[in-house]
Amino acid sequence: MDEFKGKSLSWSVADGIVELALDRAPANEIGLAMLDDLERFAAALPELESKASALILYSKQSAGFSAGADLRELFALVQETDAGSAAKGVREFLERIHAVLNRLDMSTLTTIAAVHGVCFGGGFELALTCDLIVADKMARFCFPELRLGLIPGFGGIPRLKRDVGNGVVRDLLLTGRSINATKALAIGLASQVAAEGEALRVARATAAQVTKFDRATAAAAKRFIKPLPAEELRHEIDIFCNLFAQPTVMQGLRKFVEATGAHPYLP
Amino acid sequence: MRTLDQTTDEILNLAAAHFKVPRAGLEASDDFFKKLGIDSLQALELLTRLENHFGVELPDYEVAGVSDFRTLATRIQARL
Repeated sequence: MDEFKGKSLSWSVADGIVELALDRAPANEIGLAMLDDLERFAAALPELESKASALILYSKQSAGFSAGADLRELFALVQETDAGSAAKGVREFLERIHAVLNRLDMSTLTTIAAVHGVCFGGGFELALTCDLIVADKMARFCFPELRLGLIPGFGGIPRLKRDVGNGVVRDLLLTGRSINATKALAIGLASQVAAEGEALRVARATAAQVTKFDRATAAAAKRFIKPLPAEELRHEIDIFCNLFAQPTVMQGLRKFVEATGAHPYLP
Repeated sequence: MRTLDQTTDEILNLAAAHFKVPRAGLEASDDFFKKLGIDSLQALELLTRLENHFGVELPDYEVAGVSDFRTLATRIQARL
């Protein structure tokens, strides 16, 4: 279908460009509702790929691209079930989100993430599936998972390692610090930095350029230069699930969910 | 090279302009979370604006426990 509007996102296609807009308040947290809609999009991709050359992924939420996994939903899931069922539920969620993100990663379309504001955790991992990242100068990228006693679970480490040096990956992963667009450009994570509020416009200009090229050639170039790190992605799920069984995770989730002060997104 | 007072003043000007509070009502010793009425996402936005303004990289763990403008200025001053 050329247009779709779900609970968490919408998409449309025009002039050879698919636009996928994340739109779930407050900050596009990735929980079951977002996953359902992303799966719908992945299912629609074969048809969209036959009609378009480029995909732009952006957010309609002012807070940013995405704050990452829905930790409140995850905490509630763990609270409501026994440890075995929670672990099973987490693994199932990871298998599903990996399938979706791998499909996005391997799309024959040239994919562009237009990122503003927070691009944290799972949101960062979603952006990393894209071929190009256009960063608004107010964008901020972060892997905060170690604060919870976890590692990124949506494929972030293998994909970031594919794109930038291992030292950069270690810096972001092991310190949990966030970086701005200028830094993202300097390390090769972002391909362009846009003025405040201009990332989508820059992404559209880039997408328009992409539509000029032969589709099969562009797809072949992408397959050649952007292999899926399949083995590491599988390994990541296992590491995440092993860590999830540790008591520090529940402590970290509880601290985040029950925080009443102004600091839950700060280290 | 800016002095600490100049850096503090620029932070106060930037915060007042962006968060639309009267500049005259801001003091270096103020708790910026309370004075600006901001949450952690907005604090990250302030951090990004300060990094862009001063052309520095300021890891958020260095400012995580900071809540007053003056201490924030000292963290930035150390990176200039």
